[in-house]
Amino acid sequence: MHAPDGFLSAGTALATGALSAGTVGVALRQSKARLRDKHIPLAGLAAAFVFAAQMINFPVVAGTTGHLVGGALAAIVLGPAVGAVVVTIVVIIQALAFADGGITALGYNILNMAIVPAFGGFAVFRLIRRLLPAGGGSVIAATGLAAGASVVMAAAAFSIEWLFGATAPIAFDTVFGAMVSVHVLIGVGEAVISAMVIAAVLKARPDLVYGARDLRASQLAETRPSPIRVFLIAGLLITLFVAAIASQFAADGPDGLESVARAVGIAQGERAWLEPLFADYATAGISNAGVSLAVAGSVGVVITILVTAGLLHGVRRRGGIEI
Amino acid sequence: MGAGHAHALYVHGHTAIHRLPPETKVASALAFIVAVAITPREAIWAFGLYAMMLITVARIARVDGRFVAARLVTILPFVLFAFLIPFIGGGERVEIMGVAVSRSGVWAMWNIVAKATLGATSSILLAASTEVPEILRGMQRLRVPTLITAVATFMIRYLELTAEEFTRMRTAMVARGYNPRWLGDNRPLASSAGTLFIRSYERGERVHAAMLARGFTGEMPDLSGERASRGQWLAAASIPGIALFIAALAWWTR
Repeated sequence: MHAPDGFLSAGTALATGALSAGTVGVALRQSKARLRDKHIPLAGLAAAFVFAAQMINFPVVAGTTGHLVGGALAAIVLGPAVGAVVVTIVVIIQALAFADGGITALGYNILNMAIVPAFGGFAVFRLIRRLLPAGGGSVIAATGLAAGASVVMAAAAFSIEWLFGATAPIAFDTVFGAMVSVHVLIGVGEAVISAMVIAAVLKARPDLVYGARDLRASQLAETRPSPIRVFLIAGLLITLFVAAIASQFAADGPDGLESVARAVGIAQGERAWLEPLFADYATAGISNAGVSLAVAGSVGVVITILVTAGLLHGVRRRGGIEI
Repeated sequence: MGAGHAHALYVHGHTAIHRLPPETKVASALAFIVAVAITPREAIWAFGLYAMMLITVARIARVDGRFVAARLVTILPFVLFAFLIPFIGGGERVEIMGVAVSRSGVWAMWNIVAKATLGATSSILLAASTEVPEILRGMQRLRVPTLITAVATFMIRYLELTAEEFTRMRTAMVARGYNPRWLGDNRPLASSAGTLFIRSYERGERVHAAMLARGFTGEMPDLSGERASRGQWLAAASIPGIALFIAALAWWTR
């Protein structure tokens, strides 16, 4: 998903650039406080690991391979702030020294590949860990689901950026439907691999896993294999469900969404004042612009809440208040 | 990645472009790409001029065209997507060679392909004429937070080592008959990745201990060295200067 230069409008590049710079600034301060003077070598080696992990090809089915994106995994192992910083640095160096991803596209590339997966993915991880019993198996299951969700969130975030900065006459709902359904499949791979990686780290050095530091050794031993199978099936069902919903949005927008649109307050007449905000392209070709904006709005709200939750988590930890 | 070694994108040379201080090159590449990105897509002539400028820079830096073309594969998925836009895009239809396509879709395709190609080519030329540690030094001199450049320096230094460590693990597994075919077969590979993380983390701790032994205080010493002279800045600024002039002209004549 290393978007090249000029893929989104200049204004969107600038706005996402400011947003990313601000968030990374906060994350930088948090990670400095967490790692103390170890932060430079440790974050550097962690970044080398993420970079190398993205080069590992995993077979998926019949000759096709995929690779890790790693944002959520990095956040769970290193903490959301350090994870976001590490992946941001990987993305910057890939653009500057490896010509992978545009330099003027750094704003949205960092947002989609580092900030949303790290903070959003970590929030999902925390949420699922609360729902599951305390134990190593739950950490593995939560990692898988968070990693899968982080990829879908990144795709949704890109679609919402498209709504503001589209450079081609393709409607938001087409982009959203296509991006999300493709990334649900990619997310399944990311989920399985991330869960397997965290299982290996938990077995050898559980003390290194930030997301499992609240567990005692006896609780960590609770890595019965059954939760993994359960989570695989649950994950598959959830992804199928999401894919079904996404494709519905991509089609015509069922009537139920109209009420959502009205509830959000951007239905037909009322959204007129919002129109100049969005790229003509992204709304022009839509059969029902109100529905699309409602979808984009609600998805955006969910992602924002998750990212903020992840960010706040780091800030709260820094204050020394245990949750 | 120790001193004297180069990475895949660097082309060894002693040309005028190679000799320019890195901060001038990074700033110049960034400004050039910004100029390309803000140019209206209808100004086809402007993009032609940009391409000619990049070809000139490549000539001076003695970077082969085939080298650049081979490295452009990173934008290929987006270019393929761009080629679909005229067919799936909405709006007014026009006939090109008997096929009805979206008029604004064709413009959008041109816009994405042209800007992505020019942007990626500029990045490739920057990386081809500047070694990675130099790029990082340039970023540092451009006031990018030291934390980012310092962490990136460590990342680059240990990247090849880390990647090769994984290759050795994979080779050992393959030598013992490991042949993964689908997603479920990945447990050994993923476990190795987990091991790789632990080894990287522990190496980080060892490196930190070694740094402490050599008097590390928690802040990286300023190694940015001598700054670029006014003349060097002027030389590097000429490229984006012309590009920004072209972009302004393109807006003027629109």
